[in-house]
Amino acid sequence: MGLDRLEELLHGAFPDARELSVADRTGTGDHFQVTVESRRFEGLSLVDQHRLVYDALAEPLADGTIHELRIKTKGLA
Amino acid sequence: MTELRERIQTVVSDEPVALFMKGTPGLIMCGNSDRALRALRAAGAPVTAVNILPDPRIRQELSDISGWPTVPQVFIRGELVGGADIVEELAASGELEQKLEQALGADYRRPQPEERVVDVLGS
Repeated sequence: MGLDRLEELLHGAFPDARELSVADRTGTGDHFQVTVESRRFEGLSLVDQHRLVYDALAEPLADGTIHELRIKTKGLA
Repeated sequence: MTELRERIQTVVSDEPVALFMKGTPGLIMCGNSDRALRALRAAGAPVTAVNILPDPRIRQELSDISGWPTVPQVFIRGELVGGADIVEELAASGELEQKLEQALGADYRRPQPEERVVDVLGS
């Protein structure tokens, strides 16, 4: 599973996203930095915002594709 | 409930600030655990640390309790505050200190030489 698949999963979960990016932090295909800017985050605590991202990426998190995930979420203010 | 799960739950509920991490504050085995610990230290948090590495069941039970898939995990008075990214973000904005003050009182920065380490395997 590559960056494209992760982006696809995130676009599916955050169809309104203004900014959405996945970066391979280490070049090894398993340490990722995800940034998402979406209306879905508004009014939520950071914990609940990150939970939405974890939910969207549940499959690659569970099967070990993602070894490490850094998350930056933003609401659409 | 397994004995291990009960011990983890007790740390989460009873410790003012619980940090589940890879390694210990004296021997950190993961960059994200390091980031979380640094942010907590900068805020003066009285940290109780649990090393999840000695047994994979610790991580499993912890994630079952919290519903959070990754490590580190930080709890203040039983409430999940988040992982390294969130704790860093809250520390940078000053919200972490506010949270600690609200949960533990204005004098939460008690002088302490080093973090307490709890062994949930009970060995």
